[in-house]
Amino acid sequence: MPRRKAVVDINSCVACGCCKKVCPKDAITIEKGLYSKIDESICVGCGRCAIACPADIITLVERENI
Amino acid sequence: MKKNKKWYDYLWIVSITYLVLGFFNILFAWIGLLCFFIPLLISIFGGGKTYCNKYCGRGQMFDLLGNKFKLSRNKPMPRFMLSKWFRYGFLAFFMIMFFNMIFATYLVFSGSRDLTQVVTLLWTFKLPWQWAYSANLNSEWIAQFAFGFYSVMLTSTVLGLVTMGLFKPRSWCVYCPMGTMTQGICKIKYREKE
Repeated sequence: MPRRKAVVDINSCVACGCCKKVCPKDAITIEKGLYSKIDESICVGCGRCAIACPADIITLVERENI
Repeated sequence: MKKNKKWYDYLWIVSITYLVLGFFNILFAWIGLLCFFIPLLISIFGGGKTYCNKYCGRGQMFDLLGNKFKLSRNKPMPRFMLSKWFRYGFLAFFMIMFFNMIFATYLVFSGSRDLTQVVTLLWTFKLPWQWAYSANLNSEWIAQFAFGFYSVMLTSTVLGLVTMGLFKPRSWCVYCPMGTMTQGICKIKYREKE
């Protein structure tokens, strides 16, 4: 069964950390101040990060079950 | 699910206090230098963008006003504002205006210009602000810098509030010159090693 996962466009990411703040599962880390990194094994695809992202660069993508 | 709040989640109070203090005594503007040096030092010494992620009181203020008080339209920003050109361009413009302010301070320091007791909003509008300065300092450049620096802080807050209203609450973070600089430091430090 496919599941939704949040995916970051790391080239446009400003690493502000808005997504990290709203993630209910603490699946997000800010990688060395460069971009936000989402652990897909923890992500439940709720989409809160995508709403919070001021740059709108987080999208929810269908993934095959991991 | 609610997360436990930490002490640093209340730094928005500090940001608001800073802006309010500037209405009473402009010399408090000097404290704002902390918002310049702390983020830079954190990223230089390997802390990445911890300042943006945790300690930025201004970001928290926009978050609070935009999300909790619903003062944001919550619409996507125009694409051009997300481009590297816009971000670096705004940083460059900001730095030019910053050095312009430092130069004005120098002119007062060297005695070739008198102290101007105004706060310049958006680099254009000169607001009379003499009520916030009553001290008679021997070195008037100290006051000149305070007026100039407070202008920078007020201008960036106003810009941030406008983009907060029009777009997402923390839209300011996308083109914040400090954020661009700290991320730039991280790029120099880490990207080459990858």
